[in-house]
Amino acid sequence: MDTAEKLAQMALAVALFAGVVGLILLLAGRVRRGADLAQALAFVVPALALLAVGLIYPALRTGYQSFFDRTTENFVGLANYQALFERDDLLVVLRNTLIWVLVAPVVATVIGLVYAVLVDRSRFEAFAKSLIFMPLAISLVGASIIWRFVYEYRPDQQNIEQIGLLNQILVWLGMEPQQFLLNSPLNTLLLIVILIWVQAGFAMTVLSAAIKGIPQDIVEAGRLDGLYGVKMFRYVTVPSIRPALIVVLTTISIATLKVFDIVRTMTGGQFETSIVANEFYTQSLVRGNYGLGAALAMVLFVMVIPIVIYNVRQLRKADHR
Amino acid sequence: MSTVKTTPEVREGWDGAAAASPSARARKRLTSPGASIAAVVIAVLWTLPTFGLLLSSFRPEEDIKGNGWWNWFTDPELTLESYNEVLFGSTTQLSTYVVNSVVITVPSVVIPVVLALLAAYAFAWMKFPFRNTLFVAVFALQIVPIQVALIPLLQIFVDTGLNGTFWPLWIAHSVFALPLAVYLLHNFMSDIPAELVEAARVDGAGHVKIFRAIMLPLVLPAIAAFGVFQFLWVWNDLLVALTFAGSTSDVAPLTARIAELVGTRGTEWHLLSAGAFVSMLVPVIVFVTMQRFFVRGLLAGSVKG
Repeated sequence: MDTAEKLAQMALAVALFAGVVGLILLLAGRVRRGADLAQALAFVVPALALLAVGLIYPALRTGYQSFFDRTTENFVGLANYQALFERDDLLVVLRNTLIWVLVAPVVATVIGLVYAVLVDRSRFEAFAKSLIFMPLAISLVGASIIWRFVYEYRPDQQNIEQIGLLNQILVWLGMEPQQFLLNSPLNTLLLIVILIWVQAGFAMTVLSAAIKGIPQDIVEAGRLDGLYGVKMFRYVTVPSIRPALIVVLTTISIATLKVFDIVRTMTGGQFETSIVANEFYTQSLVRGNYGLGAALAMVLFVMVIPIVIYNVRQLRKADHR
Repeated sequence: MSTVKTTPEVREGWDGAAAASPSARARKRLTSPGASIAAVVIAVLWTLPTFGLLLSSFRPEEDIKGNGWWNWFTDPELTLESYNEVLFGSTTQLSTYVVNSVVITVPSVVIPVVLALLAAYAFAWMKFPFRNTLFVAVFALQIVPIQVALIPLLQIFVDTGLNGTFWPLWIAHSVFALPLAVYLLHNFMSDIPAELVEAARVDGAGHVKIFRAIMLPLVLPAIAAFGVFQFLWVWNDLLVALTFAGSTSDVAPLTARIAELVGTRGTEWHLLSAGAFVSMLVPVIVFVTMQRFFVRGLLAGSVKG
């Protein structure tokens, strides 16, 4: 297909869609008053039908397939789930997922919080914030390339200079350059750095808004009690924004569990860096093991549920303060 | 699932000092020199990696491969050659994939927004059996990670012969966007005063008229916020793209192609650096021009995926 053909296809798809929606609205508008049910169905059925076919049915089907073998032909019971907790390579996947979800949310939140407090009401606040926020706008693929360049390794020989910043710093300090992405478990931590780099901006934005929402009289009462600097932070700021802190932590935890792009782009899950969301892709679409892939997807689902429920409840509380 | 957008202070907070009343909160300097240094250190750490790659993308190929970007300051030479090669060179042809990304993204934003507007209106202002049950069900669907739906969905597209076209990408992105979109737009629509709708009904307006003449103009900010979020989500997506389009096919987007380049040509830093910034250009423009909507949208949908 050439460019014109593709653009024509896009225009056609949008026009087709607009035509269908227009027709629905026209017909719904024609219905005589009183036939409310027909009108309501015309409004709500397109979205519900799409969700039923595109999300609910596939999700149920994945659950079903997780009890079958790699070709999804033979029933194997819980064997796929058992494999997750018995096979060494898959245990590494679970271990890595645990490391990700324990490290990334906490570090990103702490950095976001500290930075939000540091720049709060300073002269360059808007500019300073946009520097940290910018990584959130770009793709995780782009972010991964940026950091891959930082970690780049060149063999330690004469006439070969390091082009990655991190290895050059090692050289400047008189140490030997490292193959950062190959050495487990350090490589997992270095991949986590990328997600922290992205998510700190999210944490900073939400927490900064919460800090500005602290009532002035509470701050002044603290001042009268002689609280300044770190003590003010510890005894006034942090307790006042507790609900927002929990929302940020849980939100980043959910994003961490689902992260796929970073691992895929940096290592493809090799060198013991795979996590559940990446292993799902590898098993399903690279190795063609649909049963195991389905089981991994279900495990991801089950891990996310409690955090989401907690997140929503905290959010409700935060809203009804 | 996050509904941070409903927290009022978040809506106002982004503008930083501007949001606080100037009398009560006169701008002040950072509290101490130590705090200033810490802030600058974090800001530099966060900016330096991007700066290094950006500078490298403008350096001649042999310079990028020969020594680190910090050498540029003693040997300043800039060129657009890497961009020329990555966009139009026969091995990478990124310009084709830029077109693909645009073709994928536009319908993937328009379709879910329109469908969600209709459904949100019905949930907020129309009466039908099981209304609340269905709304809670749509709301709850936000917790389903898209991984859970991908493979059976792919099977459907293969069976119907749609695979290899743009349709799987458009449909998949639309489906995955719907739960959040319906929920957000419903929240906005149900906030609109009932008297407004009642008055229109008394004047003889039907639901279709009310939807077009009253609701759409009033929820435009919400549409913009969600539209910007969905645009960036689709533009930056890798998983849906790899599943339904692969990385080199006729319909693959920029992200999938660039991720593949990392795997196959991981040391060609003149291509990778320029390619990365080609893919970032659109999100950064959106970021700069639509910051307000952008932040709201991101906060509202930060758990999607």
